[in-house]
Amino acid sequence: MLAHSLFFYVFSFIAIFSAIMVTASKNTVHSVFFLILDFISISCLFIMIGAEFLGMIMLIVYVGAVAVLFLFVVMMLNVAQQKKQWFSSFGSSKHIPLGVLISVIIFFELIIVIGGWKYKPEVVSSITKSQNTLESNTHSIGNVLYTDYIHLFQLSGMILLVAMIGAIVLTFRKRAGLKRQSYFSQISRERSDSVYLADVPNKKGVDIDG
Amino acid sequence: MVDIGLGHYLTLGAIIFSIGVAGIFLNRKNIIVILMSIELILLAVNINLVSFSIFLNDLTGQIFTLFILTVAAAEAAIGLAIIVVYYRNTSNIDVEDIHSLKG
Repeated sequence: MLAHSLFFYVFSFIAIFSAIMVTASKNTVHSVFFLILDFISISCLFIMIGAEFLGMIMLIVYVGAVAVLFLFVVMMLNVAQQKKQWFSSFGSSKHIPLGVLISVIIFFELIIVIGGWKYKPEVVSSITKSQNTLESNTHSIGNVLYTDYIHLFQLSGMILLVAMIGAIVLTFRKRAGLKRQSYFSQISRERSDSVYLADVPNKKGVDIDG
Repeated sequence: MVDIGLGHYLTLGAIIFSIGVAGIFLNRKNIIVILMSIELILLAVNINLVSFSIFLNDLTGQIFTLFILTVAAAEAAIGLAIIVVYYRNTSNIDVEDIHSLKG
């Protein structure tokens, strides 16, 4: 129990520190690396309290795909080393007190909700999808996900497909002077379109373009 | 102090959520950091769902965390594609300079 609380505090302090550094860092590349650290510590917390499958999926999806995508875009756009950071414009910007005020209000609202919150006994008794302790977390998630939530699972696949098509369509651009294959015109080509018999006069040659 | 309960995890989620909201307001530099703040907010929501799921012993929260993960990945991909297109057109993604939609 002591080790559990010790690890909880270590990982949560790392998570909070890196979340602050994501928003406050001067360099965008450093922000992305702190975001990766945040994801890693939160997935350690998930693994610690028994949601191993989600912890591993967080590592794969967030650290392996999303954060690398962020890093790739930051490096590609050449915006990493901008000197205009939000500390330097502390006096000039009027958004900062408003932002701090709104986030503090949201924080205290959440804390009030958490502090006054208790289990209702009928909520606990209405739980249907409880985890069987004999099988692993991954096994029980699979049992629920592929039976009761199969339509939502398919729909999330559709969301990913739409996102992929959208990203490709948005970033695709036609450039002039690029030689591309056109399958339709290649296949539907006739002999009469491209080959003709020229009557070549003696010692004069043939005018190809004409 | 030693006994870690549901309240500790919910407080951690609340702190990270507030940091994400503050990051959206405080950032004047570039819009990629705002997208990262949105990822932080979604992460805080995931913490809440997973801790409720574990402490109430109900698997539905973990299933929904999986779906939030999917939507977050799709949102990051689309948002970064929009930023790349915007940067290609204007060669600038400062938050203060993006006001073409302002009436």
